Amino acid sequence: MTTPTAVALEDTEVAFRLGDGRVYTAVEKAHLAVAQGEFVAIVGPTGCGKSTLLNVAAGLLKPAAGSVRIFDQPLAGLNRDAGYLFQADALFPWKTALDNVAIGLEIKGTPRTEALSQALKWLTSVGLGAFANRYPHMLSGGQRKRVALAQVLIRDPKILLMDEPFGPLDAQTRQVMGNLLLDLWNADRKAVLFVTHDLEEAIALADRVVIMSAGPSSRIIGDWRVGLARPRDIFEVRLDKEFHALHREIWSVLKDEVMKGYAQSTRAAEAV
Amino acid sequence: MSRPTLFALQVLVAVVGIVLWQVLSTVPVFGKILLPPFFFSNPFDVFSQIVKWFASGVIWKHLGITLAESILAFVIGSLGGVLVGFWFARQPLVAAVFDPYVKMVNALPRVVLAPIFALWLGLGIWSKVALGVTLVFFIVFFNVYQGVKEVSRTVLDNGRMLGMSERQLMQHVYWPSALSWMFSSLHTSVGFAVVGAVVGEYLGSAAGLGYLIQQAEGVFDVAGVFAGMFVLSAFVILIDFGVTLVERRLLVWRPTASDGRG
Repeated sequence: MTTPTAVALEDTEVAFRLGDGRVYTAVEKAHLAVAQGEFVAIVGPTGCGKSTLLNVAAGLLKPAAGSVRIFDQPLAGLNRDAGYLFQADALFPWKTALDNVAIGLEIKGTPRTEALSQALKWLTSVGLGAFANRYPHMLSGGQRKRVALAQVLIRDPKILLMDEPFGPLDAQTRQVMGNLLLDLWNADRKAVLFVTHDLEEAIALADRVVIMSAGPSSRIIGDWRVGLARPRDIFEVRLDKEFHALHREIWSVLKDEVMKGYAQSTRAAEAV
Repeated sequence: MSRPTLFALQVLVAVVGIVLWQVLSTVPVFGKILLPPFFFSNPFDVFSQIVKWFASGVIWKHLGITLAESILAFVIGSLGGVLVGFWFARQPLVAAVFDPYVKMVNALPRVVLAPIFALWLGLGIWSKVALGVTLVFFIVFFNVYQGVKEVSRTVLDNGRMLGMSERQLMQHVYWPSALSWMFSSLHTSVGFAVVGAVVGEYLGSAAGLGYLIQQAEGVFDVAGVFAGMFVLSAFVILIDFGVTLVERRLLVWRPTASDGRG
């Protein structure tokens, strides 16, 4: 392959020390490569460690074993090439939407007026030009996600890491946000690692769908290429025959893991 | 309930209270005055005492002194609380070492410090300021400490991922968070600054509202005591109103209680 690899996780293992001294292995021997310009979605049952893997790629977590390479350089500390879109609200509540977006440039030393005019452009491109002076609490959940998206994209990161970013939103808003994401991504095709538990969302958005097994010690157990043509429309693509075939195929694998994950969490609840 | 109705009812409570007080302290019920004037005075005397203070202008000097002491106590106490709160929150070791002493000093009823301060700083305004500082400091300190410690993990990670250095995290994340906690306790800390000043004056001084009340009490001038109390309440309500205005300006980004917590 000639395209460089943006993110490469090799034999990555993530473990946590529990309070009582035992070691909990969250993710075992994960192998994952994201090429430049590739949109990869990680899908797995709740608690399978998919967000953990994402945090390793971001440099927020250190793997217990294995290596993380970003553009062929071993990752030390935080991943400076990556922008991270969080599942929970991560906007600065004391800054207006405009200031929230501008901050990414301001901390790089861009003069404030320049940063603000750029920020307004980005806010407009996510459809919130008229909401620049609102504080996060005055925006809806979907609008806050748009601001967060602009906040990340204004820095023009080479890699986008997304942790169930649309998870807290209602179904319709998720689809609108998915389309917005695809539109923005189409402009310059960054490498994307997108974590979700929604298989349909994964297939609709991604070039590749990676399935993880139920935790603990979860592994990557499947890797499918999504051949659906781009540019896609999330509403349309769901009606495609190929979409359905792929969905059935992946779901047959994922279903068992979801059941296992569910059984495990039930057992854990009973043990308490 | 509409605002005018509510206001009318609030006024009604005051009117009923004052009328009852006036009647019970002047008109005998079954041959006996229920509120002996010696202990309870009566609204008319209290009111005329207040009018006399304002007409002659003596009250302004006392109000000015108490105000100055409260402001100084608030400013110095807040400054100290913010600095130490920040320092402790960022240096867990320091916080752990000093923890028992902080608790000990905070558990101490501050009134017992008043004689010490009077001894060290004299009977002028500084002994009252010091008393107010010990009250304000701990409120601000605990709030700033909490504010820095309880910055949302996600917001912090977001700051880091956006490329903030430690110094920038301080400026854009820790600092605003700590300040918002401090401002949320603004009413309490301003109130305590006034308490410190008045109690200090009461225990030994030559001017201020606390001094006025203490003087009146010394000569069994109950009307004077009540008059002092009313002036003090009005003073505190005015200050509290000012704080509300400041708060509204500074915490625009905060959801109000009616939007739900967020």
